[in-house]
Amino acid sequence: MKFSTKIATAFFTLLVFAMPAHSAGKLSIYHWFEYIPQELLDKFAAEHDVEVTMDTFDSNEAMLAVLKAGKMGSYDVAVPGDYMVEIMNKDGMLDTFESSELSNFDNMMPEWVDVGFDPGRKSSIPYQWGSTAFSVNPAVYTGDINTWSLMFDPPAELQGKINVLDSQGDILAMAAIYLGIPQCSSDRSELKALNDLLQSAKVHWASFASDSAKDKLVSGDVAASMVWNGVAARARQEGAPVTYAYPKEGYVVWMDNVVLLKDAPNRENAIKFMNFLLDPINAAAVTNFAQYTAGVKGVGPLLSEQVKNSPELNPPALPVGTFVEACTEEVQKVYDTIWLNLKK
Amino acid sequence: MNAKIDIRRFPGFSFATYLCLFLLYTPLIIVMIYSFNDSKSIMLWGGFSFRWYEDVFWGLEAPKFKQAAINSLSIAIGAAVTATTIALSAAVAMLRAGHFRGKGASLGLISLPLMVPEIVTAVATLIFFSAIGFASGHATILVAHIVFCIPFAYLPIAARMQGIEASYEQAAQDLYATRFETFRLVLLPLVLPGVISGFLLAFIISLDDFIITNFVKGAGIETLPTAIFGSVKQGIKPNIMAISTLMLLVSVVIVTLSYFANRSGQGKK
Amino acid sequence: MAMQDINQGKNTTTHTYQGLGPSLLMPTWLMIGIFLVLPVLMMLVYSFLTKEFRGGVIWEFSLNAYDQFIFDRGLFGDDPPKMEWTYIGIFWRSILQAGIATLLCLLIGFPTAWFIATRVGNSKSIWLFLITIPYWVNLLIRTISMKFLIRENGPANEFMMSIGLIDAPLQMINTNFAVQLGLFYSYLPFMVLPIYASVERYNFSLSEAAADLYSSQWVTLRKIIIPTVKPGIIAGCILVFVPSLGAFLAPDLLGGAKSFMIGSLIEDQFGGQAGNWPFGAAVSMILLSMVLIVLTFYARLQSRRAS
Repeated sequence: MKFSTKIATAFFTLLVFAMPAHSAGKLSIYHWFEYIPQELLDKFAAEHDVEVTMDTFDSNEAMLAVLKAGKMGSYDVAVPGDYMVEIMNKDGMLDTFESSELSNFDNMMPEWVDVGFDPGRKSSIPYQWGSTAFSVNPAVYTGDINTWSLMFDPPAELQGKINVLDSQGDILAMAAIYLGIPQCSSDRSELKALNDLLQSAKVHWASFASDSAKDKLVSGDVAASMVWNGVAARARQEGAPVTYAYPKEGYVVWMDNVVLLKDAPNRENAIKFMNFLLDPINAAAVTNFAQYTAGVKGVGPLLSEQVKNSPELNPPALPVGTFVEACTEEVQKVYDTIWLNLKK
Repeated sequence: MNAKIDIRRFPGFSFATYLCLFLLYTPLIIVMIYSFNDSKSIMLWGGFSFRWYEDVFWGLEAPKFKQAAINSLSIAIGAAVTATTIALSAAVAMLRAGHFRGKGASLGLISLPLMVPEIVTAVATLIFFSAIGFASGHATILVAHIVFCIPFAYLPIAARMQGIEASYEQAAQDLYATRFETFRLVLLPLVLPGVISGFLLAFIISLDDFIITNFVKGAGIETLPTAIFGSVKQGIKPNIMAISTLMLLVSVVIVTLSYFANRSGQGKK
Repeated sequence: MAMQDINQGKNTTTHTYQGLGPSLLMPTWLMIGIFLVLPVLMMLVYSFLTKEFRGGVIWEFSLNAYDQFIFDRGLFGDDPPKMEWTYIGIFWRSILQAGIATLLCLLIGFPTAWFIATRVGNSKSIWLFLITIPYWVNLLIRTISMKFLIRENGPANEFMMSIGLIDAPLQMINTNFAVQLGLFYSYLPFMVLPIYASVERYNFSLSEAAADLYSSQWVTLRKIIIPTVKPGIIAGCILVFVPSLGAFLAPDLLGGAKSFMIGSLIEDQFGGQAGNWPFGAAVSMILLSMVLIVLTFYARLQSRRAS
C-alpha cells in the first residue's frame, strides 16, 4: 500500500506543479490570422505590462462555433465582422462598456459610430474595413474580369484553377448578389436557386481556403481566388501576377470590430487594448500591415505610400459594396444546409 | 539448382530496403538543406546561411516559439515522468505479483490508448473536459498526454523486467530484505535501462503529439507542433524549416539515447 | 503484437509482490479509466444530444446526428428521406486510402523487414535503428517535409525535370496520391517492425528443405515463408491501417479539399465552421466501432491460432 500511495502522491504533486500560475496582467485575444503585426502586440504588452496571448481563426462562423462550444470565458476580446457582431450581441455573448471608459472613443470616425450592428458602439470598436471580391491572373484569363461569373460560372481558362474563401457568410452573400436576389430571402425558390448555383459552381473550384489563399496565388497553385482586398494587395506585392476585381453586380464590404466578450477574464486589459487600437498611430500600424482601411480619424497621414495608392484600397465610385446580412434562424438553417451541401 | 543458392537472399529485396530508406529520409534531408537557404522565397536557392536559425531565436516570432517550446518541454517532462511511474508500477503488478483478478483486463486497459484512434481520443477528451466544466489549459494537455504515454512507457519497461530472472529478488528476500527494499535495491537497478528507455519514448511521444493537443489546449496556449501547424496553414515559411530541423535533431538524439539505454547491460546475453 | 509477446513470456510467474497487484495497478486504472474510458462513454452520450443552432449542445435526447449521417432530407428538412451518400463516401474513401497506403507499406516493408532480419550481427540492429528513426521524428514535421518535397515547383518535380524524366511539373500535391504517399510515409515503420519480428523467428531449415526438394525461391516464398510469417504481416497491416483510417494531418496538409477523410470531417465539427458536436461525436463513435471490429477480428484470429 505504502508504495502505491507514494506514487499517487508524486503524481498529484506533479499535476499541481504543472498548473500554470495565474498572474493578473494578461490579455487573451481571439483574432483573424495575419491581421495584426506582432510589433504592435509587443508594443501594447510593453506599454501596459501585460502578457498578451492570441489565437487565430479564419472565418466568422468558425469563431462563433468555437466560442459557443465552451471557449467563452477564456478570451477577452474577439474580432468579428459586422453581421457577426449582431449575431453575437443577440446571443448575449458580448459585454458592454461606457464610452467614458475609452479615452480615445471620439477618435472613431463618425460614420462608424452609429452602426446598425452595434448602435452607438456599446460593445465594439471599429478595427478595419474592406471588401471581399476576387483576384485573377490576367495572363490566364484575358477577358473582362469585373463580373462574378468568373467565380460562379467560370470560363474554361479558369475552371479548376479557382480557390474560394472558406467562409459561409461571404460566399452565400456573393452568390445572392450574383443572382440578384435579396440576402437572407426566405423564398423557397430563391433559396433553391442559391443552392443550385453553388452546386454547379463548385465543380470548377479547386479548393476552399482562406488562410492559404495568398500563398496559393503567389505560388501559382491557382489562377484566381476569392479574397479580401488586403490579401489581394499583399499577394500582388509578394509577386502574384493578379488583379483585384470590382464586379459590376456589386461586391461585399465589411467592417471588422474588436468586441468585448462576456465573462472576459481580464476586462480591464481588454478595455485598455481597445483604447490602444483607437489611437491613430496604432490603427495606422494595422492598416500598413494588413492593408485594409481603418475606422479611426487621423490615420491618413501615417500611411505608407504603397497603401495609400494601392488599387485594392481605392475602389471606384461604382459599383458599390453591400454588407453581409444576419439571417433569421429559419433562413440560417437553410443556409447551413446549403453550405453543408457545398462542402460535401 | 543446388543448395549453394542463398536461401536467405531474394533478388530485389535489398533494393527495396534502400528504396525504403531513401523514401524515409529524402523529405527530411531536403528540409534540412533548405533550412539553410538564404532566400526569402522557399522555392529559390539563395546560398547558404544561418539567417532562419537567427530568425527562430531572435526574430519577431521568437517569443512565441520560445513560449511554445517551454510549454512543449514542460508538458513532455511532466507527462513522461508520470506515465513512466505509472507504467513501472503497472509492470511490477503484471510481471511480479502473481495472479489476481482483473489482470487480463488490465493489459487491455494499458494498451487501450494505442488502439483508440488518436482523433477519437482527442474528441472524447475535449467533450469530457467541456462536460465537467474543466477549463482547458496546460493541465488538460498534461492529463491527455499522460494517458497516451502510458503504453509507450510500459512496453520497454515490461520487456526489460521480463528478461530479469526472479532469482535475484528471491535471494534478496531470503536475506530478509523487505519487499520495498527488494524493489529499490534489486529490481529497480536491474530494470533501470528499461525505465530510462520508456521515459524517453514517452517524452518524445508527448513532444510529438499534435492532434490531441490541438483539441484540448486552452486559449492562447501553444505547443511547438500546434504553433508550427498554425504557421504552416498560411504556407511553408523558411523559419518553419529551421525549427523543423532543430526538432528533428532533438528527436534523433533522444531516440539514440533511448536505444543505447536499452542496449546497455544486455551484453551478458 | 509486442504487448502480448511480452506477457506470454516465461518469467511471468514471479510472486515477489504477491497480493499487491491491484494496488500497483490502481494508478493505471484511475488514469486510463477516468481520462479515456469515461470520455469515450461521454462521447457516446454526446452523439445522442441535440445540436444548438450555431454551435454548442442542448441536453436533449436526439437521433439527429446519426440521421444526418444516413439520410438526406433536402434543403428545407421536409423532403422524404433519401439515402445520404456523402459521409458513407468519406468513410469509403478513407478505407480506400488507408488500404492503398497499407498495401504500399506491405510491398516495400516486407522485403525490407526480410532483408534486415537476414543481416548478421551488429549490422542488423543498425539497420533496424535506421528504419525506426524517422518514426520518432515529429509526424507534423514529416508531413510538412513531404508537402514541401512534392509541391508543384518543389524539389521532387525540379529534380525529375532536370534529369529529363518529365517535361512539365507533375501535379502531386492536393491529390489522392499525395495522401497515400503521406500515410505510407507516416506509418511505414509500423509495417517493418512486426514483420521483422516474425522473420526473426522463422526457421530457415524450412527454406532449406524446400530448396532440397527443388522448390524455386519464389515458390518457397509464396508457399512457405509468407504463410509462416503471416502473423507479422497481419499485425503490420493493422498497425498501418488503423491509424491511417483516422489520420488528420496527411489529408489536411497534402490532400486539399477533394481528399476529405474521416479525420478532417471530425475536426471540422469541433474546430471548423460546422460546430456540430453531436455529429462529430457520432462520426467518432462510428470510426471507433470500425476500429474495434477490426481489432476484435484480429484478436479472434490470434486466439484461434494459439489454440
